[in-house]
Amino acid sequence: MTLLRVEDLRVRLPTSSGPVTIVDGVDYQVEQGQVFGVAGESGSGKTISVLALMQLLPQGAQVDGRALYDGRDLLSLGPRALQQMRGRDIAMVFQDPLTSLHPMLSIGKQLTEHVRVHEDASRDVAKRRAIELLEEVRIPDPEQAFHSFPHQFSGGMRQRVAIAIALACRPKVLIADEPTTALDVTVQAGILRLLDRLRRENGLAVILITHDLGVMSSIADHVSIFYAGRIVESGPTRELLTKPRHPYTRALIDALPHPEAEEGSELVAIGGSPPTPRARPDGCAFHPRCAYARESCELSVPSLVPVSDSRLLACPIDPLGPR
Amino acid sequence: MLLGVGITFVAFCLTNIVPGDPAAANLGQRAIEDPAAVAAFRHHYGLDKPLPEQYGIYLWHIVHGDLGQSEQNHDAVTHDLGQFIPATAELALLSIFVAVVVGVGLGVIAAVRRNKLTDHVLRVVSLGGVSMPTFWIALVGLYVFFFRLNWLPGTGRLDPVVSPPPHLTGLFTVDALAAGQWSTFWNAFQHLVLPSLVLAASNIGLLTRYTRSAVLEVISNDYVRSARAKGMPGHTVILRHVLRAALPTVITVIGLAFANVMTGAVLVENIFSWPGIGQYAYRSATTLDLPAIMGVSLFVAVVYITVNFIVDVLYGVIDPRIRLA
Repeated sequence: MTLLRVEDLRVRLPTSSGPVTIVDGVDYQVEQGQVFGVAGESGSGKTISVLALMQLLPQGAQVDGRALYDGRDLLSLGPRALQQMRGRDIAMVFQDPLTSLHPMLSIGKQLTEHVRVHEDASRDVAKRRAIELLEEVRIPDPEQAFHSFPHQFSGGMRQRVAIAIALACRPKVLIADEPTTALDVTVQAGILRLLDRLRRENGLAVILITHDLGVMSSIADHVSIFYAGRIVESGPTRELLTKPRHPYTRALIDALPHPEAEEGSELVAIGGSPPTPRARPDGCAFHPRCAYARESCELSVPSLVPVSDSRLLACPIDPLGPR
Repeated sequence: MLLGVGITFVAFCLTNIVPGDPAAANLGQRAIEDPAAVAAFRHHYGLDKPLPEQYGIYLWHIVHGDLGQSEQNHDAVTHDLGQFIPATAELALLSIFVAVVVGVGLGVIAAVRRNKLTDHVLRVVSLGGVSMPTFWIALVGLYVFFFRLNWLPGTGRLDPVVSPPPHLTGLFTVDALAAGQWSTFWNAFQHLVLPSLVLAASNIGLLTRYTRSAVLEVISNDYVRSARAKGMPGHTVILRHVLRAALPTVITVIGLAFANVMTGAVLVENIFSWPGIGQYAYRSATTLDLPAIMGVSLFVAVVYITVNFIVDVLYGVIDPRIRLA
C-alpha cells in the first residue's frame, strides 16, 4: 500500500543573491513497511526535500509540487493540520543526536510532551508509554533514563532516545536523515537493526537518507540516487547496487572501498566536485564529470523514465545498458 | 565573607580619599571657626584617630551590627537604613518585575517577528529606553502624567492625607493589603506607578535587546526543529524549548538590571521625593556623612552579592549540565 506519494517536488531557498533551486522536480512513492533509501552526495538536496515534506524549511523557502499522504497534500496543510500531522503521522529523526535533543529538558519530558499534546494522554499514560518505548529501543534501565538528561548518554544511546521520541505517537512514516552518520560503526549496526525490526514488527515505512551505500545495502528495499536536486536513478536496492545503470551511480559504487577487491586495485574517485546549486550546468547536471558524456548531454535535462519493471533511469545514453 | 571585608575596605578608603572635611560639612559656619568645636566633633566621631585604627574600630562595630551614627541626624545608620530600605525595595522590586515581564516579552516577540515591522518598532523603542537618560524620562513623565494629565500622583509614597498602613514589611502596598486597607493600597500603588516605570525604562530596553538576541541564537538550533517535527504547538515551542534555552542569558541580564535599579534609584528617588536609600545616599554624599555613606555602600554591596549568588544558583536550576559540574 502506498503511504506517501511525492510528485514534482521543487524547493527554492532564499539566498543573499536571490532564490536558488535546491530540489528540482522529484517524484517518488513510499510503501507501507518499506525502507525507502535516498542516497547522494552532500548538497544534492536529500535533506531539503524531506524537510519540505514536514514544512520545516526556513522562512522564505518556496516549495512547489505535491506530497500526498492519506489523501491530503502535506505541502498545503494549514498550521493546525500541520501541527497535528507532525509527529503523529510522519515523524523525523535527525542526523546529530548531540544537537537534536534539548539539552535542558529531561528525556522523560521530551518523550512525553508530544504524546500528551497529540493524544491528550494523562501524565501516567504518557509515562508508561515512554518507558515501553525506551525498552523497545533497548535503553538499559528505562525508569532511570526517563529522569535523566541527554548529556548523560552516549551518542548511540541518544540516537536511540531520538528514535523513541519519534516513534512515541506511533507514526506511519519515519523520516531518518543520516541517523547513523554521527555514530561509530558498531553503534551504527545497532541502530540499523533497530529500524529494521520496527519496520518488520510495526509495518513502519522508513525514508532513510544517507550518503553511505553500505548502510543502504544493509537495510533499504528501494533506493533513489539524488544528484544536483534530481533523482538520477532508482530501483530495488540489490539490483541497483549490483547493476547500476547511471554513470553517477556506477561512480559512487566504484568510490567505495571493498574488502574483497583485488589487491593493488585503487579506489576510483569521481573527478571534479558536485555542482553548487547556484551553478548547475545546463543539460544533465552530471555531464561535466561523466566519462560517457556526449554533446547531446549538455543540451537537455534527461527525464527519469522506466527502463524495466522496477527501475527508473535519467540517462538517455544508458552506457552501462541492461546486462 | 571575604568579599564583605574587601568591600568595606574599598568603600572605607574611597570615602576617606574624597577631598573634604566632614567637620566643615556638618558644623555650622561659626563652629568651624572655633578650633575647640572642630576638635570635639572629630573626637566624638573618632576622626582624630589614625585611619587604620578607624577602620579596625569600624569593622569591630559592623561585626556587632553597628554601622555607626549618622553625622547629619545623629541617628544610628542601621536605624536609617531600616527606615529607608523598604521604600526602595518596594520601588525596585516592582520596577524589576515590570522590566522583566515587559522586556522579556517584547524580546521574544521581536525575535519571533524578526525583520518585520514589529521588530523594527521594538528596536526603536528599546533603543530609546536604553539611551534616554533616566532623569529626563522622570521629568517628562512627571510633566505629562502628573502636571498635564493629572492621571498619577506626583511625589512621595502616599498622599499627605493618607496615613501609612501598620508597619509589617515596610512595603506600603503589602502592609496595606495585609491590614485590609484597600484605599491605602490603591493610593500607595498609584504613587508607585510612575517612579517604578521610569526606573524600569532602561531595563526594559536592555532586556528586550538581550532577550531578542538570545532567542534568535537558540531558535535556529536543531532541538527547536526537533520540537516542531514532533508536532509541538508553536507557542509551546517558543516558551518551553526556545525561552528555556535562552534563559541563562536573560537571567544574567536581570542580574545587571538590579545594578541599574540601584544606581537609577538615586536619581528617581530625588526627583519623586521618594524616601528611600537613593535619596539617603544622595543626602549623605552631599554632606559627607561618612558612616551613612559607608552604610549605603555596604547595603548596595550586599544586594549585589545576593543577586549574583541567586543568579549562579539559578544557572544550575535551569541547566542540568551545570548542576552536575
